[in-house]
Amino acid sequence: MNHHYLLPEISQPGKIGCSLPSLDVPAAELPPKELLRQELELPEVSEVEIIRYFTALSKLNYSADTGFYPLGSCTMKYNPKWHEDIAKLAGFTSIHPLQLEESVQGALQLMFELQEYLAEITGMDATSLVPIAGAHGEFAGLLMVRAYHQDRQDKARRKILLTDSSHGTNPASAVMCGFDIGVVASDSQGNVDMKSLDAMMNEEVAALTLTMPTTLGLFDPRILGISQVVHERGGLLGADGANLNAFLGQVKFGELGYDYVQLNLHKTFSTPHGGGGPGSGPVCVKESLSDFLPSPLVTENNGMYKFMSPAKSIGRIANFYGNFGVMCKAYAYIRSLGASGLREVSENAVLSANYLKEKLKPYYHLPYNRTCMHEVVFSGRRQKAEGVRTLDIAKRLLDYGLHPPTIYFPLLVDEALMIEPTETESKQTLDAFVEAMKEIARDARENPDILHTAPHNTPVRRLDDVRAARNPDLRWQMGD
Amino acid sequence: MPSPYLPNTDADRRAMLQEIGAGSIEELFKDIPEKVRHAQFKLPRPLSELELKRELSQLASRNANLDKYACFLGAGSYHHFIPSTVEHVISRSEFYTPYTPYQAEVSQGTLQATYEYQSLVCQLTEMEVSNAGMYDASTAAAEAAIMACMIKRRNKVAVATTVNPTYREVIRTYVQARDFSVETVELSSSLSSDSACLVVQQPNFFGYFEEIEAYVQKAHDIGALLITMVDPISLGMLKPPGQYRADIAVADGQALGNPMSFGGPGLGIFACRKEYLRQMPGRIVGKTVDVNGRPGYVMTLVTREQHIRRERATSNICTSEALMAVAAAVYLATLGRTGLRHVAELCYHKAHYTSKRIAELKGYSLTFSKPFFKEFAIRCPVAPSRINQALFNEGIIGGLDLSHTIDNGMLLCVTEMNTRQEIDKLVKILGGF
Repeated sequence: MNHHYLLPEISQPGKIGCSLPSLDVPAAELPPKELLRQELELPEVSEVEIIRYFTALSKLNYSADTGFYPLGSCTMKYNPKWHEDIAKLAGFTSIHPLQLEESVQGALQLMFELQEYLAEITGMDATSLVPIAGAHGEFAGLLMVRAYHQDRQDKARRKILLTDSSHGTNPASAVMCGFDIGVVASDSQGNVDMKSLDAMMNEEVAALTLTMPTTLGLFDPRILGISQVVHERGGLLGADGANLNAFLGQVKFGELGYDYVQLNLHKTFSTPHGGGGPGSGPVCVKESLSDFLPSPLVTENNGMYKFMSPAKSIGRIANFYGNFGVMCKAYAYIRSLGASGLREVSENAVLSANYLKEKLKPYYHLPYNRTCMHEVVFSGRRQKAEGVRTLDIAKRLLDYGLHPPTIYFPLLVDEALMIEPTETESKQTLDAFVEAMKEIARDARENPDILHTAPHNTPVRRLDDVRAARNPDLRWQMGD
Repeated sequence: MPSPYLPNTDADRRAMLQEIGAGSIEELFKDIPEKVRHAQFKLPRPLSELELKRELSQLASRNANLDKYACFLGAGSYHHFIPSTVEHVISRSEFYTPYTPYQAEVSQGTLQATYEYQSLVCQLTEMEVSNAGMYDASTAAAEAAIMACMIKRRNKVAVATTVNPTYREVIRTYVQARDFSVETVELSSSLSSDSACLVVQQPNFFGYFEEIEAYVQKAHDIGALLITMVDPISLGMLKPPGQYRADIAVADGQALGNPMSFGGPGLGIFACRKEYLRQMPGRIVGKTVDVNGRPGYVMTLVTREQHIRRERATSNICTSEALMAVAAAVYLATLGRTGLRHVAELCYHKAHYTSKRIAELKGYSLTFSKPFFKEFAIRCPVAPSRINQALFNEGIIGGLDLSHTIDNGMLLCVTEMNTRQEIDKLVKILGGF
């Protein structure tokens, strides 16, 4: 059975996908007619048809379980299977968030310990697990920055500095928190341009948000100096923690001078990404910010766990306590690896990235020719000169059964190819990727058409994005 | 023991280092200042899969789970039946292990399933367009309020007093972050003429139906948008937002096939009128064709989003709750037209049976004499905390304690999961006070 149909096309009156119980109490009078709906036009499909349809759809997806997924900045590592089993225990899934605290001590203990572990791993003093995703954690971090300065009556600080290599969520989150943006330049080595920072870091700046390592996959060796400049001039230093996989178990953000960091449990801590969530974006802070954390936190007293709201909390930012289901998996990950295992993660991630860097350097332009961390950024500018775009290279990789790297990001690298292999890939896999990239570089010179028309072996060929945006078709309607 | 998640051997690592021209892995970290390079980490010693499974099963068993307890608690997280189709579909690792579908040619499964989700949400709400989902109901409402401020170029948000207090607080956090203001309003109070929107919950926090048409009129009279927060299960029988001229409809999709999971992941359903499509936050999937003219799906209208538009994006949202949206799609497809209506009616009739039985008890009364759906507030003869403790001892999770707003008040929720036997037991225990 193919997938080239949609639910309404297999819907027929009288079908249903599951059986339901009958009413076992006397029926009540229905509410007034003006409150009721007349038609409910949902499809009617049998169970077997639903399963075959969605199974057919699933087969069209490439996933981390399918193969190599070197999507830069996304840390698409393997997700251990038993973590899924743990998160599905009824004691974790089938509990209501507003139950009496005494009746959910296991869940609260897990959250409390995870708060502590993440604070320890990042070198911070306190953690909120509430943010649902990375951008939500950034939002929480920046709101705390704002509350911190307001609390000190330092109201002129209405600007957030970012680097020109930052993730798009960084400026978007700053605007959501009412800040203006200033962009600090990077120097020719991919580090923060200290002159630019010096010129911009004034009494209007609330914080510098600096991903470390940067989105160029490079560790800025002057980080301690950067932190000093920011702090001396009354600002805070915040990390977008998307790249923690680079020094997990080796270096603490707190010791680098950061005041807060937002993590992505769905990246570094190996919880699966779900095709775009659920994620989890805890925010860890130094003591100076801990009173401002989003509410609630879990505290412990004589072996009893309970929720509390920090004294000057920025308030509630979500329905409940964050994505608990995701926390269970991250907790399992930390407990199974321990400190030594976490260090091995970053060692192997960095080794793999540098290996790819060396192997691919002869074929692709390397804008920053220095030791990289967990990811390496190439430029497709040589191939561009041959009439082949980075998009073509990415699409051609699909024909090899490989997921392409992140492309056209960071923005300051022309035709960027951002490759993050992660620690969970074998040398054989990396070598196969290198071979594919070599063949693609050769084809760019000798047979560019095969790149322009790629992919050839995928369920669909290159799709018309322009048409999708010009004439939005965003839904079916019954009877279409 | 070697790690099961690190496939390389020491020999592989040596070979890789040799290619790199480095003497050791340590050398690769030389950009990091020496004094911070060897942090100490106080973490528990690593345990094996077997040991941790035992320990975590033990931890899980310290929670009173609703497979063993009857539940009459709602207030934003709901105990509904989840057909097995849902779990089986979203447990396919092709659905749960990919990233966001940036490479459409190898992501048609997620993209087409999301298109189904958007379509089903539109059918359910009778709104014109839906996005691919937000974090939860509260953040969806907050982003809807900000979207309204942008559309109307106004900086005031009005929220009805009967909206779930947590939702109100989240809306306030988000709206004040943008330096906009929030006011809480009643149907009888007047609305500032410079309000961008009015947020109403239908049915409201206490479970009762609002005079929604009056609220809509009130908003539209001053040119503001009406944002409605709905219970998606209630739409199996109740008038959908599109029919009462709501401009934006938001809801929590947890009830649609997702376990309560101690409050997360949830799913923020977000649908609106077509004219506001380009101001909508979040991902949107659209149908198009490939170079051979075959149908396919892509993420579209991406120029609204942070990775393209940066500080001018409609929202910062990136990773959201995509898998929960697939679950909601499978759930709605499984129940379908008759199933969802039946589930909604089971909730309605069981809740009314329960309320009637409780109202007959000495010392108990219903707080409001208004039509409701599956939740309703009661006044108890004693502190609800005492009653909840007694219920818990008998294997029942009682209602939400409302005593801070209503004297001895309790908010009860009854769904298709509650059997007559459970309800009768609840009533019996309540009658003992």
